[in-house]
Amino acid sequence: MVPLSYYLVLSGILFACGVTGFLIKRNIITIFMSIELMLNGVNLSFVAFAAHWHALAGQVFVFFVMVVAAAEAAVGLAIIIAVYRTRETLNVDQVNLLKL
Amino acid sequence: MSVHLVLFLAFGAVAVAGAINLLAQTHPINSALSLIAVMAALAGEYLLLGAEFVAAVQVIVYAGAIMVLFVFTIMLLNAGVEEHTQGSRVAVMFGIPGMLLGSLLVAWVLLRHSGTEAVAAGALPGSPTTIGPLLFHEFLLPFEITSILILVAIMGAVVLASKPPSAPVPPRKGD
Repeated sequence: MVPLSYYLVLSGILFACGVTGFLIKRNIITIFMSIELMLNGVNLSFVAFAAHWHALAGQVFVFFVMVVAAAEAAVGLAIIIAVYRTRETLNVDQVNLLKL
Repeated sequence: MSVHLVLFLAFGAVAVAGAINLLAQTHPINSALSLIAVMAALAGEYLLLGAEFVAAVQVIVYAGAIMVLFVFTIMLLNAGVEEHTQGSRVAVMFGIPGMLLGSLLVAWVLLRHSGTEAVAAGALPGSPTTIGPLLFHEFLLPFEITSILILVAIMGAVVLASKPPSAPVPPRKGD
């Protein structure tokens, strides 16, 4: 038997790692992966609360989060490819103009 | 110490180690592989919580499909080692202690004031036979809307990643 708070703390640790990576990383792909890490942390708390409150709807929400994450990954990576094509860099510090 | 707690701690340790490794690595491909480790460990956590279907989807969709997309992009763009640029000193001085303090506070509150009763492992049936009716009856409208979202995302990805018209490649009919 594992207390609910343990799952929530683990989920919080993963989310905090994601936020940290989002802020300190300079490679645009790694920043994107940090967002995925944050989504995974949230998913864990969804499933833990679903088990705790005996509400199966929490697990269905995880699917919707995954669908949105998949759509976001597809569009985001396409944007990264478009940015790389015009800038020829993946460093976010060098992508500082809206227009070429 | 029960078996469930031991398994929880083992999977949790793998997940946290993978997350920290994601931050520590400078090459994006190493970060991607450690993110896959995090996702696999989280699938184990879902199994402990009785969410079998979610665990399977986590491995297939997240660790499989989405991360393959990431790895493909890293390979396609030939992403090298991250160039390190100097960040703000004030952010490091105040940000890291502040973040540690905040996370310690949140962890203390969570451990102290909530969730005294334990989550029974496998108490909730999360098999496809119980998820399916919920997904196709109660959540039918959101389910259908997500299909539109996926369609829009596919078209958006194709439009964004296709070659711009100014490229040296001559435009074909239907482009």
